[in-house]
Amino acid sequence: MMSFDWMQIPWSLLTLFIVVNYGLLMTALIQKIGARIGRRHGIPIYQNYLDLLKNYALRTSITHGVMFYLGPVFRLTGGIGLLLFVPTIYDSEMFSNLSFSGDLILALYFIFFGTLGMALGAGESGHPYSAIGVSRGLSQVTTAELPLALAVFAVALQYQTLSVTEIVAAQQGGVENWTLFTNPFAVAAAMLSFLGSMMRPPFDVVLAPQEIPIGPPTEYHSSYLALMQTNRVIFPIAKVVVFMNLFFGGAASWPVFFLKVFLIYMVSVFVGVVFPRFRVEQSVRWFLIWAVPLGIIAVMVA
Amino acid sequence: MKEELQKRMVKTPDGQEFEIEPLRDYYCEAPPTVQTPAYTAIVEKIFNWARSESIWILGFGTGCGAIEMRPLMTPRFDAYRYGVQWRPTPRQSNLFIISGYLSVKTLKRVIRSYEQMQSPKYVIGLGSCTINGGMYWDSYNTIKRLDDYLPVDLYITGCMPRPEALLAGFVDLKKIIRAGKAEGANIYAENFDWYKANQKKVILDWDMPEYNW
Repeated sequence: MMSFDWMQIPWSLLTLFIVVNYGLLMTALIQKIGARIGRRHGIPIYQNYLDLLKNYALRTSITHGVMFYLGPVFRLTGGIGLLLFVPTIYDSEMFSNLSFSGDLILALYFIFFGTLGMALGAGESGHPYSAIGVSRGLSQVTTAELPLALAVFAVALQYQTLSVTEIVAAQQGGVENWTLFTNPFAVAAAMLSFLGSMMRPPFDVVLAPQEIPIGPPTEYHSSYLALMQTNRVIFPIAKVVVFMNLFFGGAASWPVFFLKVFLIYMVSVFVGVVFPRFRVEQSVRWFLIWAVPLGIIAVMVA
Repeated sequence: MKEELQKRMVKTPDGQEFEIEPLRDYYCEAPPTVQTPAYTAIVEKIFNWARSESIWILGFGTGCGAIEMRPLMTPRFDAYRYGVQWRPTPRQSNLFIISGYLSVKTLKRVIRSYEQMQSPKYVIGLGSCTINGGMYWDSYNTIKRLDDYLPVDLYITGCMPRPEALLAGFVDLKKIIRAGKAEGANIYAENFDWYKANQKKVILDWDMPEYNW
């Protein structure tokens, strides 16, 4: 029985507002941490707001066609959709968003949705660097998605449900109930996949400015780029929320949410600042050799 | 004009024939237009502040001055503290630093990159070579006054200026932007014919469209 309360819409928008601001600040903080490791000071903590405002304020922009418009829109839809269809705060009437009983499958779909939209949009820009970036990105994200899908199946089998809310509910009552401890293989596979989809080293060959100049978004500028920047702060957090809910017991309040999201995000940062960049075929091989078998074991154990 | 830029018929592997005209197919030939501030004064002020605090530089080094930009990205000078970042593509950049002498061959690429940048856009001339030719004053293949070819917002003098001078230059540029006086893109649009005439005077093998966005 589905029931819909109109009040959920403003509450969802509030979730979005909180997450966007948290994301802008956290991304800047993480860039600062990265800079400190390189012994720099790094950008000011409010820099992301200024970059965003500057890009929206540019006076001219050019287009390459309809798909070029829609690319950033799809990408943002992917980010916001992912965020709004999983519960942000467990057991909260206000911040359960639009979650429903089969939302796990939808979340998996949304994780991939933005990448595909971006591929179409960047493809239409006609820039050869975009095409190379897209082909690299799609092959890498596809293989990174395999272990995640296996881990999600394992978790769904373990708890016998496809509802994120119920999975979080099953993990309540202490750290030892988290999937992290009840099904470590699934979490290991998913966290390796997580590294691959965060666009940080060693898996950032797609977007790294030092490679084929920044890959898919080569032609994107002004408000298009600003839309994509907005998504760059929403989407990773939305993804971390899914991981948090599935494997780390969810969050029962905003402070716990902020802390857990930051710590899970930091996993990819720690790996990123230590290891050098993989080429695409290296990362594909790495996922197939190390992450996929873990996922298969997780499914078998479950 | 180069052979590959000429209008011609091509045949695909599966037998289709169609006409291509590279200069029209790949570029837009519409000249730039003057972009007046579109909002009320107070909004424009906020925007100018954001523009001044978020300067994205095109990663394009023309002369020896490019070597002075590298230390700015490293711990010693760290320009990121001041909202200055480098972008690898002209579409996303706002500031073009002409770093030193500019040969005629490079000028061609500079013009194309500058025209692909989105308004408002700024140009800094780095080093004496961009002001009067510097030590290349009698060279046959470098330009002497950058201002004849692109609208320059700010010069940083010296041969070579130290990275500190560049940082001081960024601070001055920020003041110019915040005062709403960094309208180089509009100056370029207003005097488009004059700039094009000057550019064509030195670039003898002009094999690109009049304007590439």
